[in-house]
Amino acid sequence: MSNEDIAIVGIGMHEFGRHPGVSGMDQGVIAVRRALADAGVEWKDMQFAFGGSQAAGAADTMVSKLGLTGLQFINVMNGCATGGSALFSAYNSIKSGMFDLGIAIGFDKHERGAFRIDTKKHGLADWYGASGLALTTQFFGMKINRYMHEHGISDSTLAKVGVKAFKNGSMNPMAWRRRPLSEEEITQSAMLSYPLTQYMFCSPGEGGVALILAKASDAHKYTDTPVFLNAAVVRSRRFGSFEVMAPHLALEHGVGPTVDASKAAFEMAGIGPDDVDLAQLQDTETGAEIMHMAENGFCKDGEQEEMIALGETEIGGRFPVNTDGGCLANGEPVGASGLRQVYENVLQLRGDAGPRQVPGDPKVAYTHVYGAPGISGVNILSR
Amino acid sequence: MSERVPVEAGVFTWPADEPRLLGSRCTNCDNHMFPVQDTCPRCSGGETETVELGRTGTLWTWTVQGYPPKSPPYAGDADPKTFEPYGVGYVELPGQVKVESRLTVNNPDELEIGMELELVLVPLYTNDDGAEVVTFAFAPTAKAASL
Repeated sequence: MSNEDIAIVGIGMHEFGRHPGVSGMDQGVIAVRRALADAGVEWKDMQFAFGGSQAAGAADTMVSKLGLTGLQFINVMNGCATGGSALFSAYNSIKSGMFDLGIAIGFDKHERGAFRIDTKKHGLADWYGASGLALTTQFFGMKINRYMHEHGISDSTLAKVGVKAFKNGSMNPMAWRRRPLSEEEITQSAMLSYPLTQYMFCSPGEGGVALILAKASDAHKYTDTPVFLNAAVVRSRRFGSFEVMAPHLALEHGVGPTVDASKAAFEMAGIGPDDVDLAQLQDTETGAEIMHMAENGFCKDGEQEEMIALGETEIGGRFPVNTDGGCLANGEPVGASGLRQVYENVLQLRGDAGPRQVPGDPKVAYTHVYGAPGISGVNILSR
Repeated sequence: MSERVPVEAGVFTWPADEPRLLGSRCTNCDNHMFPVQDTCPRCSGGETETVELGRTGTLWTWTVQGYPPKSPPYAGDADPKTFEPYGVGYVELPGQVKVESRLTVNNPDELEIGMELELVLVPLYTNDDGAEVVTFAFAPTAKAASL
């Protein structure tokens, strides 16, 4: 793996959760200021920015608060892969040799409850929403139901993923939900979309994250603990995959965008799944984490049942997953969610994750996001 | 009986005693789609024809919508006091496509992957003119219901 390319030299985050009276944009601004402080640089040093939110406004307007420096600022809006797309763009802006130092920003602020879907924005007709089919939660219920049928995953395993998430979240001061929950509490909460209960789902929320990137050869100017970005990949769906908000599916079955993004990222980084020490995987609900373990190449379909029973995905286990509590404990401010995963991996690789630090001096960490209308983003980091 | 109207024209045959969903078939690669669309995501072809899809199939996967959807876009009863959970699934229509649909059954104990289903129309809401607006759903076939 080459460390001669791109480094993350500064990270900043605004607490995830609910923040009445603080706009999503302002949470992004606070995240930027914290990232600048972390790298020991100023806003005027930023040569470019890529930023986005789904529901909290155009990112480039934040220059009126951060400083009118004339930088190249490009808005990114790519659903759940907004953060991943901003990071991909920042990565390539430096990789191309055009810039030396810049920033990727994601923030959001959603109304309470499940996402309200504007069917037209998804290229769908009004009858789809009117008939009660435009709910992302239904997709997750149907995907894991089929997966459990095919691969023998139990209801208890669904709940155990939630127990781990809230336990990890309880050790994360930036997380939204920090109260540990028992397997029983999770199983017995309201059934939202069979077989998934209320506490098996994450909620739309609020928060902001900013990451400062630099040429790797410059990294030590800014930090003693640079973390290198070895792969940044975004992929859309191919024919035959099973995706959210799909009025029809093909009879023939193909792999989803996560499988494609994962393969491409491993190829780009020149490593394989066995080289990864920890991962943040999209856990919109607990079943998603289980399925994404296999789709990203970390196990075979069905092996999750035993891995989770043995505690292998716990902090301290063989392969820790969602060490910061994931979407389940942090909520999902869409624009910020993918960058939150990278933020956590930088902390882990720096050895700065406090009580939730993965032991054994981890060297390689992996992030994965998935969202509508069938898009995945993967990043591989190392130090 | 009050007048019945479809949730939207062009989604299923109307009026019809035995309704069928309207889909598209790619004239180049035979890929089937639902609802009607004029290009093919499989071969990128630009010619499709509208077809009536099969009215019976098997349940490929399912869930139950357990909480009232946000309204809009949902047009049915979203009042938490009176909301009735409804089934949702993908129904595999042999030789054609899997379609996403409401199911008339909402009890998990009565839903099983592989069960046989047929297309029906179900009431969704009453519009301002007093007409009953209907959408499509899949129901267990007589054979499946007797099992």
